[in-house]
Amino acid sequence: MRVAVASGKGGTGKTTVAVNLALARGHLQLLDCDVEDPDAALFLHPEIQSVVPVTVTVPRHLPDRCTFCGRCAQLCAYNAIVVLPGQWLLTAELCKDCGGCYLVCPEQALVPSSREIGTLIRGLADHDVEVVTGDLRPGEAMATPMIRRVKKMASDESPVVVDCPPGTACAMVHAVDGADLCLLVTEPTPFGCHDLEQALDVVGAMDVPCAVVINRSDLGDAGVRTLCERRGVPVLLEIPFDRDLAEAYARGQAAVDADGRWLSVFRELWDRLEELAVQRSRDAATR
Amino acid sequence: MKVAISASADSLDANVDPRFGRCASLLIVDTETGEIVGGGRNAFASEGGGAGTQAAQWVIEQGAEAVLTGNLGPNAFQVLRAGKVRCLISVSGSVRDALAAFGRGELREASSNTVPPHSGMG
Repeated sequence: MRVAVASGKGGTGKTTVAVNLALARGHLQLLDCDVEDPDAALFLHPEIQSVVPVTVTVPRHLPDRCTFCGRCAQLCAYNAIVVLPGQWLLTAELCKDCGGCYLVCPEQALVPSSREIGTLIRGLADHDVEVVTGDLRPGEAMATPMIRRVKKMASDESPVVVDCPPGTACAMVHAVDGADLCLLVTEPTPFGCHDLEQALDVVGAMDVPCAVVINRSDLGDAGVRTLCERRGVPVLLEIPFDRDLAEAYARGQAAVDADGRWLSVFRELWDRLEELAVQRSRDAATR
Repeated sequence: MKVAISASADSLDANVDPRFGRCASLLIVDTETGEIVGGGRNAFASEGGGAGTQAAQWVIEQGAEAVLTGNLGPNAFQVLRAGKVRCLISVSGSVRDALAAFGRGELREASSNTVPPHSGMG
């Protein structure tokens, strides 16, 4: 089973839920796809097994061959290339590796080359949790190539928990894609409700079933619960605001390690997710 | 000499737009006559990415020797420098006043970009 833990709004507790779910179940893999700010490892403290560079392909210019005709720059829909008389300039972060410039160049003056965008870090945490972290270099404009790289590491044998980036844009879609279930973490505020509705629309369009966790559930208003009821989305867990939980978080400690009662709470959450996944595949089979 | 100015509208009385690549209007002005000789509404303002580099390339193609603007990002700055265009920054007030200040040699020349990439977006 692959569970994506996502949210519309940032700061609702995605990583908290993903980390505690992973530790409570154990013997699984956690993919940290929040590559612009990967912080699951701050709570899992994995023993690092490997760190490898992640690269994307960008064009390299061969000045001896180039006639500076400018066709590559005209073709580039992302404005990554500028050609001036006698000069060829690349804004590498804008390149999406479509490969068009190689094809349109009449002189074969462009060749593929590698550019490092960050690192892929693999480690092993307690309870046999394998942690794979994509760490995008600050300033990089595109998260999706890194997210694709992290997801390539997904295990076929053990369950997978994917910690997704916030929002509902390309990065979140890439992270959620391929999941059996999407667990959306929200808070009962107007912002939380607004962004949850967007997330439900996006994940619904991807045909991935959703369930909701309401964090800081004793604060705010009833909007989120009303929304879930209206959309027929199960609320699997409500986590009230808890100072001890916040203090453990500030120490870099997972809730299940700080207080044993959370262990049974998150185990139960895992069981309910499994039930939903089974039910879903049964529904799919009878359709 | 021709110079390019980022402006809030197509007029010498308009204010200098602090953004370069995503300014409202990109004007080419002849400093001898003080007249607008080219440019207009900035078509690059709505580019998804690379507005700065596209605007910079256009300025070079127009034969402008200097850019008068508020801020410049690293990508636009790289292209303007490659095109040997002088970059005069922190310019504010009306286009007319900016041209006068340029004539008196009072404008500050950038030695690097003044803002991070994508600063003109949203």
